Amino acid sequence: MIIIITNTNLSTGTETSGRANERAFDALRNIKIEAGVLERADGSAYLEMGGNKVLAAVYGPRELFVRRLMQPNKAVLRCKYNMAPFSVDDRKRPGPDRRSVEISKIASEALTPAVFVEKFPRSTIDVYIEVLEAEGGTRCAGITAASVALADAGIPMRDMVVACAAGKSDGKVILDLSEVEDKEGEADLPIAMMPRTGDITLLQMDGHLTEEEFGQALDLAINGCKIINEEQKKAIKNRYGD
Amino acid sequence: MIFVEDKEIVIPGDILADEEYNSGRGTFKENDNVCSSLVGLVAIRDKKISVIPLQSKYIPKRGDVVIGEVTDIRFSMWNLDINSPYSGFLPASDVFGKEKRELNRTFDIGDVLFLRVVDVDEVKKVKLGLKGRGLGKFRGGILINITPTKVPRLIGKKGSMINMIKDETRCEVIVGQNGVVWVKGDPAMERVAEKVINMIEEQAHTSGLTDRVRDMLAKLLGREPESSEDSEEDSEDESEDFELEESGSEETNEDEGINSNEG
Amino acid sequence: MVRIVPEIIKESVTNLVKNGERTDGRAFDEYREISLETGIIEKAEGSARVKIGNTQIVIGTKPQIGTPFNDTPNVGVLMTNTELLPMAAPNFESGPPDENSVELSRVTDRCIREGKVVDLEKLCIVEGEKVWMVFLDLHVVDYDGNLMDAAVLGSVAALKNTKLPSTKVEDGEVVLDYDNMIPLPINDSALMTTFAKIGGELIIDPSLEEEEVMGARLSVGITEDGSICAMQKGGGKPLNKEEILKAVSVAKVKTAELRTLIP
Repeated sequence: MIIIITNTNLSTGTETSGRANERAFDALRNIKIEAGVLERADGSAYLEMGGNKVLAAVYGPRELFVRRLMQPNKAVLRCKYNMAPFSVDDRKRPGPDRRSVEISKIASEALTPAVFVEKFPRSTIDVYIEVLEAEGGTRCAGITAASVALADAGIPMRDMVVACAAGKSDGKVILDLSEVEDKEGEADLPIAMMPRTGDITLLQMDGHLTEEEFGQALDLAINGCKIINEEQKKAIKNRYGD
Repeated sequence: MIFVEDKEIVIPGDILADEEYNSGRGTFKENDNVCSSLVGLVAIRDKKISVIPLQSKYIPKRGDVVIGEVTDIRFSMWNLDINSPYSGFLPASDVFGKEKRELNRTFDIGDVLFLRVVDVDEVKKVKLGLKGRGLGKFRGGILINITPTKVPRLIGKKGSMINMIKDETRCEVIVGQNGVVWVKGDPAMERVAEKVINMIEEQAHTSGLTDRVRDMLAKLLGREPESSEDSEEDSEDESEDFELEESGSEETNEDEGINSNEG
Repeated sequence: MVRIVPEIIKESVTNLVKNGERTDGRAFDEYREISLETGIIEKAEGSARVKIGNTQIVIGTKPQIGTPFNDTPNVGVLMTNTELLPMAAPNFESGPPDENSVELSRVTDRCIREGKVVDLEKLCIVEGEKVWMVFLDLHVVDYDGNLMDAAVLGSVAALKNTKLPSTKVEDGEVVLDYDNMIPLPINDSALMTTFAKIGGELIIDPSLEEEEVMGARLSVGITEDGSICAMQKGGGKPLNKEEILKAVSVAKVKTAELRTLIP
């Protein structure tokens, strides 16, 4: 039997009435994005958001060797989301677990609508999302980084894809839940969208929200996405800095 | 009305102009607006806006000359890696005519060839050919990979950039449109050419490149940089640079137009 | 894990080496640029990010309380795992560790274990029942040649960076005190230098190109006091005795240099 003693472990914003670091209900955590960070991959991006650290890489379009997946008139976009064993408090065994499999699927579905896949028949675009450190909202961080990696790889897209979560914690509808807020909160609503058209390409919800709260949360998330999109732009332009 | 400037860096989804403008390469139309589909540099010519990509894969087109590596030998053809999502095949009949010979005695796995793209079908199966002046197998030398869209910049207006490199290093240089470059000469000179070509690839989107390349060559070859008497010629080069990107590999914007209306 | 290397590249790399040179201008006993940061992942009790050239590995340590092995009841456990992530190279595939990944894990583990880097006896909490198990996880994100040296260097740095909660045993239960963290007990910093045999010569820290061309590879692990703690030969071609002895003496010098990089 193991007992853990801790006096000052995680900063639990919900222990007090405000959020950790006095963050406003509609404020995002600190975000930093860098494009073109890997040598071998065709495109790549590194993203930090709060305590999340995510690396995304793209290979493609490239030849697809698994014939049964091949589409004669377009590229297939395959996404693999994975968490490093050291990315969480209790070590995660290497290899895909059911959560990673689900996130891989929805990430792929979030990104595909943005890509002009018809330009590359019989090929594959492989997207890899690797979580190096997790602190609530890794799927959103991953998709946002993946979109930068796709752009960095020169893959033609209608728009960038950007993702962000809103939810409810301590009775209040808030934007960008931290890990603690997610664990102890009442609802979590991650979305992904293409900012120019407002098309939403990923939507999940779990918890409890009234219809009105849902509307508020959705608006918060959409606005959050637009702000993060500006960071994506900056990251790409900085890569080719003047 | 136009919302961006020439040579500005844009990203996918940026709105470039409204219905007054036409959609060129690297862009698509949505609700009458011209939008960028790529990370690249805006190129405005008359009423057409294009985006020159900073990164891309090579998509084979009929008529291109490419450098490829033999990766497989089949019954009556060689399979080649042409630095593209699509591999190419070279039919034995192109080389042998009616006689049957052992394919691997002519070209073996690992050989590097200079070929022409003879045909590309709707599902991007690529047929290659060796008939033509200068085509064939490379012997010796080194290979350098660059982004295919930067090939015109490397070649320069009327070959000015590539000829400068050839003359200064006294190397043979052949540039495939698929972004593979072959250089052969004195080994030390090969490395000089390699450094210069890598520099051009990194800075292809900037101006003043020709001067910097000239200076770099002089430095690497242990000479004083030349005076800029040729500066008039250079500025002509610069302004034409990005237009060269479009020739020879222009895709119709019909593809993109159709796509943007889907779903 | 192998792509077909063009003959031209094999020849040019080999010829350069025979002339005493390398494609990137390095000396035979020169490492590429190395960068090493520690403490980069807060959730890991120890972490490091190591880059040799463009080869990049992110390493994290996660200690857990577990039961010791039967034959060593008073000794802690070190478990090493490597993920050769598919993002690291175009030919790396998803899936369970392949033979290259397993070899890398086991050689790294051997070098650290036999080099007595971690004082495993100090990791015993309750003999025969409870010991610290240190999981060392290597996440290879970019592969540009010479994973072995990067893996060992980064692992030793991550282990030295590791802190554990202090432990007490009260009423037969283990109490972890996260308010009083203590460093992982470290004895030594055994490191590794890897050689590639090309054109009859031994060169250290092979780049990607050099690894694709090499006939044989030898990794030598050396402790702080200059003893050999691990060795691994790889590749399909043989090595002779003189080469092996020479490699050991060069490795002693180079690992000492590497050691100065660990914070």
